[in-house]
Amino acid sequence: MNRISDLWYRLPWVVRRLVVPAVVIALLVLYPKYYVDLGFPTWVPTLSVMVQMCVFVTMALGLNVVVGYAGLLDLGYVAFYAAGAYVAGWFATQQFANITFQWKFHVVPVAVPSTVSGIHINVWLLLAAGAAFAAVLGILIGLPTLRLRGDYLAIVTLGFGEIIPQAVNNGDDWFGRNVTNGPNGLTPIDQLGFGATLHNHFAFLPASYSDSFDRLNYYYWTGLALVAFTLFCCIRLRDSRLGRAWVAIREDEIAAAAMGVPLMRTKTWAYAIGAFFGGMAGCFYAIQKSSTFPADFSLNISIFVLCMVILGGMGNVWGVMLGGVVLTYLNYQGLGAIGKTANIDISIYSFGIFGGVIVAMMLLRPEGLIPSRRRRVEFRAAEEGVAVGQAVVTHE
Amino acid sequence: MAADAPTARKPMLAVLPRVSQQLTKVLGIGLLVLLAVWLVGNFVTNWQLTLSLTLTGITLGAMYCLVALGYTLVYGIIELINFAHGDVFMWGSMLAVTIGVTILGLDGSQSGFVTAIGVIATMLAAMLICASGNVFIERFAYRPLRNAPKLAPLITAIGVSFILQAMALRAYGPGEQTADGVFPNSNLFSIGIYGYPTKNLLVVVFTIPVLLALVYLVRNTRQGKAMRAVAQDTDAARMMGIDVDRIIAFTFALGGGLAGAGGTLFVFWQTSTRYDLGFQLGLFAFTAAVLGGIGNLQGAALGSLMIGLLQAYNDGAAWHAPGSNWTQSMIFTILILVLVFRPEGLLGEQVADRA
Repeated sequence: MNRISDLWYRLPWVVRRLVVPAVVIALLVLYPKYYVDLGFPTWVPTLSVMVQMCVFVTMALGLNVVVGYAGLLDLGYVAFYAAGAYVAGWFATQQFANITFQWKFHVVPVAVPSTVSGIHINVWLLLAAGAAFAAVLGILIGLPTLRLRGDYLAIVTLGFGEIIPQAVNNGDDWFGRNVTNGPNGLTPIDQLGFGATLHNHFAFLPASYSDSFDRLNYYYWTGLALVAFTLFCCIRLRDSRLGRAWVAIREDEIAAAAMGVPLMRTKTWAYAIGAFFGGMAGCFYAIQKSSTFPADFSLNISIFVLCMVILGGMGNVWGVMLGGVVLTYLNYQGLGAIGKTANIDISIYSFGIFGGVIVAMMLLRPEGLIPSRRRRVEFRAAEEGVAVGQAVVTHE
Repeated sequence: MAADAPTARKPMLAVLPRVSQQLTKVLGIGLLVLLAVWLVGNFVTNWQLTLSLTLTGITLGAMYCLVALGYTLVYGIIELINFAHGDVFMWGSMLAVTIGVTILGLDGSQSGFVTAIGVIATMLAAMLICASGNVFIERFAYRPLRNAPKLAPLITAIGVSFILQAMALRAYGPGEQTADGVFPNSNLFSIGIYGYPTKNLLVVVFTIPVLLALVYLVRNTRQGKAMRAVAQDTDAARMMGIDVDRIIAFTFALGGGLAGAGGTLFVFWQTSTRYDLGFQLGLFAFTAAVLGGIGNLQGAALGSLMIGLLQAYNDGAAWHAPGSNWTQSMIFTILILVLVFRPEGLLGEQVADRA
């Protein structure tokens, strides 16, 4: 079980702390420069799959805050993803150009000609706004529901996860107003970029990603930056006072409350922060695709992201990232590539396969591929008849 | 971070339980009044349509009831929300097409008596297969996790649900499976211009004996007594010499059998089924079970009837109905409201642990 981590800890300190991360980061950042030369086009992840990975890893890290740290099962995580995407859709398209309002509203837009109608707010601001909006939504959903215990909470979140996409889908006629443009979605969404001024000073910063020949490269690097930001936040949160309060609640709610942990507030924070990253990922993804449709937000996405968290190891950021990378790769490229070699269309069964992964993991290795030590003890404690509280003295 | 605040502020959220209690009353009464106004309005504007919708709703309710009972039985006994149950139902409907249409060749050309025998045979076969399938799932997916943290079996159930869907996709393909004409398409009678299809009555006629048999089984037999004992207190039941594993397996068999019966009736009634309809229908039925009070048989029946009626009115009513685009949202809103404000349901007892 600990063979991998033992090997890891046997490496010299310098390698562990600096060299290996530096190599990994360099390999990731330079990926667009060398992947074409690898010459195995069917299974080597393409750049667009890499961008997908960034999106899903960000989401998985966000869901990990809710499910892994705080132990609240959220089956409607896709709602936050949708919230982020629609913030981008509303405030960086021509949606409100002539349907609802007859006006033009530009706030420092990036590379949007001033003649274009509709609301256009700076897309970088929108990334933050989408995340914040999702966080607020998380708090609103959380306040009435977080009192419920585990499985009821799961069902309620599932309900929200189904209601919000349907409301968006029917949103071309909310009391006679076209708010979300219904199943036709919102498109085109403004592209990320640094604007002409910055571009003229620093030539390597493109004015707008879409002008550039290697548009995907820039999105990939931006996605990596988002993942790095999320990862940093998650690690810092885990070790913070709040993070320890989450673990306390997860392990024993009553004991945590008795020790003075404010249950509702702590749980609501978990929800809001998880939603924040979900919203950010959704916003980024919508901008990258330059469109957003209600069909993007099915229950399957929630389960897919949950699957990443479970596969990787609830509560462990590295495990969750691994889960995100592996499953995104399999879903968007790997299964198709395998299917081509085996000459069957496996990809339509992808969710059956993920279901199998969930069941197998729960039965055989519920703590995930790279478990957090604490989680592992929790999952194994029941079998071994150990009280959870006594067994855990180690740091994660 | 809020948790860092050193001074002991009066927690804002502490008032929530009190507010929510008041809110429950106000909200509940308000919603009921709205509902009553809406129903009366519909009756006044077009009583014939509303009456025929009521009859459709009863049929839908009977359908949901068969599925909801499976949720309620399983939840009552091991407190697991069996997400895979809706997909067992879907398999029931698929099997009914295979057995009834492909093997027995039912297509409405046979005489009434032969068709009835055929439908009953199909139903029994589907019930048997679904029951054994459900027992199999319980044995290999849920039983090993009985002592695990509570979320583990729930997550597993979601996984099983996806596996069942993929299996159906593999076996039957993505298209619709049809069973046209097994139940007659004619109208039994009509209310004004709105006909009442004979098959709507047939669904109810087939459902009632199944439900009566179930109630008899749970109330009056030794097995039923053991089931109730396990539901009440597993450890005490074990000490009294009840084989808990066997009773749980039996409960899953019952749930699977009901889902099989429901699936059969569904496909003959709606004339088509698909590999992915189980999940949503299952969630509707689950809502019905929660609405009535999960773990409570009469509650499940009452909740199903209400959900069925609501869906029928919402899909069909002419006067200020949101329409079928919003049915799913409405039903899930009910689910959320009930879980948040009255988790014990309409007929359930007040259980402190539930909220």
